[in-house]
Parts: sequence; structure tokens; C-alpha cells
Amino acid sequence: MDDDAVFRALADASRRQLLDRLHERNGQTLNALCEDLDMSRQAVAKHLAILEEANLISSEKHGREKLHFINAVPINGIAQRWINKFEQRHLNALSALKKALEGEDGQ
Amino acid sequence: MTGSKFVYVTFIRTTPEKLWSALTTPEFVKQYWFDMIHETEWKVGSPWKMLFPDGRVADTGEIAELDPPRRLAIKWRNEWRPELKAEGWSRCLMELEPADGVVKLTVTHTIEVENSKLIEAVSGGWPKILSNLKSLLETGTVAISQK
Repeated sequence: MDDDAVFRALADASRRQLLDRLHERNGQTLNALCEDLDMSRQAVAKHLAILEEANLISSEKHGREKLHFINAVPINGIAQRWINKFEQRHLNALSALKKALEGEDGQ
Repeated sequence: MTGSKFVYVTFIRTTPEKLWSALTTPEFVKQYWFDMIHETEWKVGSPWKMLFPDGRVADTGEIAELDPPRRLAIKWRNEWRPELKAEGWSRCLMELEPADGVVKLTVTHTIEVENSKLIEAVSGGWPKILSNLKSLLETGTVAISQK
């Protein structure tokens, strides 16, 4: 999937708020997501379309309603690429430090 | 919505046949599923089991639907955490749809229990497994080898 689309979709506070709401409660309709929000229904629908295009949410028809689900797979891909590999470096640095401090001969 | 559910989607640059084989070949599954062992005959109604690398049983169930290379559903119950086992049967559905040189893989895991602990537990694991699967099919290596 296109990382640019994911970052662009995440670069908006309203869209992050919608993701937070789905994280709190997965599988919501457009109507439920619009509740207590300072956004028009059209704006919410547009943000949801952008999130879905970036594959950050998935949706499912449920009778006449459409339910929205948060999709953590692309975010996980970004975490693997940008975070886990730095962790690996820190872990290697720590083991090198431990080795150096403790001495190779195990004193 | 009654019960608990998540829907995870990933797009993988491969063919439905290759993805199907990746999902149903235990030696391949091990590579992206943290060395977990799948045991089943891959026929509708046949028992399905997932074991930890040391042989302990993690989950059991049966193959509920099998339509290669499009649809695979597993009746699924956790066996090693009593509070998850108590929730009973869940259903894991994997759907493959080809589109423009990629395959859309949708994994839907559902259970008839509100605020299910099982769904919470598996919803943390699936994104890692699916990212690994994508990376393995597209580049030949997995990104994370341990949970």
C-alpha cells in the first residue's frame, strides 16, 4: 500500500479523531461517528473516504448501513519500517555496551 | 452491532493462488506466524489446530468453509487462556479478491460476545501477522520474527 496516502490521511486532526473513535468502539456507522462532533455529515463522510482509500479503515455493508472498522495493518507496517528497526539498533548498542562493560572474558 | 468483530485488510502484490498457498501450507504459515504450527487436512469439517512451537495447543476448531483461492473460514476457540476459552467459538474468515496486480486480503474475526477478550487479544496479533505475510510474499523476508 502507498505509505504517502497513509501519512497524508494521518496528517489531519479530524481524521485522527475519527480513528480514535473507531479504536474506542469498532464497527460504527456514519451516523454514530457524527454524534457530538463539530463536523458536518458530509465532512465526516469525506474524511472516512480518505481513510478508507489509505486502507486505514475498512467497511462492511450491514443491511442498509455501512459499518466502519479501524485497520491497523498499514500503521503496523509503518511501525515495523520506522520504529522497530531503530529499536533493534538500540538493543544492539545495549548489548555491545554490556559486553564492553562486563568484558569479553566474563569477569 | 452485537458481539465483537474486527476487519483487517491488506493489499499484497501477488496472485490469489500464491496467497492461498501461503495461507494453507503449514511450513509457509510458520514463517510469518511466529513459528506457530497449523494442523489440519484443509477440508470442510476437518479439525483445525494451532500449536505453539513447543507443541502446546494454542487454539482449536474446524474448517468451516473452503473455496480456493477465494474464501477460507475457521471455527476457532482459544485453548490456553481459560477466560478466552470460556467465550466459546469465534469465526475467522479470510477472503481473497484479485484487483489490478494485487490481492486484497480481508480477515474478519467475529464472536457473539460483547467486548470480547478473545477479539481484543487476536486484534493485536493479526496486524503483525498480516504485515509479515505481505512482506514475505513481496520481498521474501519477514519484518518481525518474534511477537
